[in-house]
Amino acid sequence: MSLNPGTGLGQMVVPEPDGQPAWLQQIRRHSIQWVAQHGFPGRDDEDWKYTRLGPLLAIPFEPARASLPTSMSFSALDSLVGNFGGPRLVFVNGFFNPEWSSLTQIPENLLVMALQTRLHQEEESNGRHLFPPPNNAFTALNSALTEDGAYIEVPANLRVTTPIHLVFVADAGADAPPLLANPRSVVIAGANSHITLVESYIGLSPRLSLTNAVTEVVLEQGAQVEHYTVQNESEDAIHLGLVEVHQQQDSRFYAHVVSLGSSLARHEVRVALAGEGAETQLQGLYMPRGKQHHSHVTTIDHQSPGCTSRELYKGVLEGHSRAVFKGQVIVRQGADRTDASQTNKNLLLSEGAEIDTRPQLEILADDVKCTHGAAVGQLDEDAVFYLRSRGIPDKAARDMLTYAFVTEMLESLTLPALRTLLEHSVARQLSRDATSP
Amino acid sequence: MILQIENLHAKVGDKEILRGVNLELPLGQVHAIMGPNGSGKSTLAQVLAGREEYTVSGQVLFDGKDLLSLSAEERAFMGLFLAFQYPVELPGVGNLYFLRTALNSVRKHRGLDELDAVDFLAYAQKRMDLVEMDRSLMSRSVNEGFSGGEKKRNEILQLAILEPKLAILDETDSGLDIDALRAVAKAVNALRSPDRTLLLITHYQRLLDYIVPDQVHVMTEGRIVRSGGKDLALELEQHGYLADAKDHTLPVGGTR
Repeated sequence: MSLNPGTGLGQMVVPEPDGQPAWLQQIRRHSIQWVAQHGFPGRDDEDWKYTRLGPLLAIPFEPARASLPTSMSFSALDSLVGNFGGPRLVFVNGFFNPEWSSLTQIPENLLVMALQTRLHQEEESNGRHLFPPPNNAFTALNSALTEDGAYIEVPANLRVTTPIHLVFVADAGADAPPLLANPRSVVIAGANSHITLVESYIGLSPRLSLTNAVTEVVLEQGAQVEHYTVQNESEDAIHLGLVEVHQQQDSRFYAHVVSLGSSLARHEVRVALAGEGAETQLQGLYMPRGKQHHSHVTTIDHQSPGCTSRELYKGVLEGHSRAVFKGQVIVRQGADRTDASQTNKNLLLSEGAEIDTRPQLEILADDVKCTHGAAVGQLDEDAVFYLRSRGIPDKAARDMLTYAFVTEMLESLTLPALRTLLEHSVARQLSRDATSP
Repeated sequence: MILQIENLHAKVGDKEILRGVNLELPLGQVHAIMGPNGSGKSTLAQVLAGREEYTVSGQVLFDGKDLLSLSAEERAFMGLFLAFQYPVELPGVGNLYFLRTALNSVRKHRGLDELDAVDFLAYAQKRMDLVEMDRSLMSRSVNEGFSGGEKKRNEILQLAILEPKLAILDETDSGLDIDALRAVAKAVNALRSPDRTLLLITHYQRLLDYIVPDQVHVMTEGRIVRSGGKDLALELEQHGYLADAKDHTLPVGGTR
């Protein structure tokens, strides 16, 4: 089967989904047809407008196969992605790697497993929880090709205190063609359950790779999910990520994304506030440098009354990097007493850096409190002079003020081990000589 | 002499603000520069501290070295300090962290060991007591949400911590009520030393009641036009700056 449209990625030959449950085979075929019919997003697609996909689509990617990492050792893992003391699932090029994973310390009744295992247990598609209809070609591609990911099901009323860590390693062998990995994870948080999840994306080999990740999170009534994404792939990697969230009544979803790596990265969060009184908080920090491109796209869909959404994304851009923030807030008819706020602040450290920030509010209800604000600025030269006059050299003064700009985002990370890890990553990135192109 | 200024000119664009300043400050003395708004007092302070927006000519020797060729941070390493008229707020930069970073940077360049957090706290606490600094301000962001008096106190704390050879206090008295002024003056007096020169820049004689100078200089239109002992300040208070510069038209408003 071929995807048909275009060259490169579009011409990729997709393996026949044999040996899989009939329902899954059907979804895979439908997904391939979806791509063939709709094609990949182009410049006329609002959500992708500022994300340069042209070069990506021309690359002849091949679906990855199960393999062991070649350019890193297991012992390096803790220092790269942190260790949060709970279960850790490691995926290499989208495939679950049992040797590197640790599935001990899982509380009774909590289901944590590789998606692959779950898919073969499942006689029928588990309603909307597995593989909902795609909204773009990359999600469809993921449905068509995904081999593995994490499957987590938290039973009602269970409060899991240690975080569950998902580690996605992109690691093509030295002679490998450009690899495409399609990890897919599903999290179902039962009524009044609590869970914390960390997704770390790393890549070490300098080979071109594309990670096309999809995570679905379902929060049943009163559930609380804290979700962290740390994208630190190698500088030649391309990263596309979607977190699709469905919230029922009185549930709370707290998401943080930190984007540091990749040549081209796009992180999308779509939240459906389907039940009354649900609350969502999205935070993001992106720090592209050199020629990196980081896009962050969010959609918060207030479908029910009395829901709250808070959104704060901050960017620090160096060199000739480019970033996009597009934040859509939809308040449906009848979603009264909606309380939504969105803020995007950007610090441009060089003249060559460029940011497109686009808040988009669509309000169809009357009794609504909605605020949004976007800011783009440079370092305050009066502040730089103040620090220099105290004997803090120019570069250190600028780093200090830049760090002060992002510190708010780091302080809001409630996992101490993750905060320490990211404080170091951010400080290291800032103190690197900023003279690169 | 810790500072020798000879024929110093400074321009912003086409606007000449300093028009040939001559001034000598011996080590260990307290001098005051008084003058009306727009006379160039604050510009002189900013130029000496190394602000780069000005086009500068003339000669300034600081501790025998050519000051004008040095960056702002190099001037600080050498022991020059400016207490700002309008201290800058730095959201997200912790006050204690800022003070320690500044001190360690200066110590490093003076060939001294850097202080760790514990040693620094002991070092800073003595000086916080000296300027009667509220401890809760140390864990806040630098100057953020500080009152006018707290900001000025924080400037004097930095002076006490960095131990400069020459400290320029730019309108440290402005915006202070009488109690705050007394407290700040007391701290400044405690920091007088045979190894340190203070240059006070002020509009009002009031500050000089509390910090008594060895010499007073009058600045108008970008020049030092008169110098004298501490009684000169009183005379200016009674007769105004015009008494000595009748033939000049004073600029209205002007830079601060």
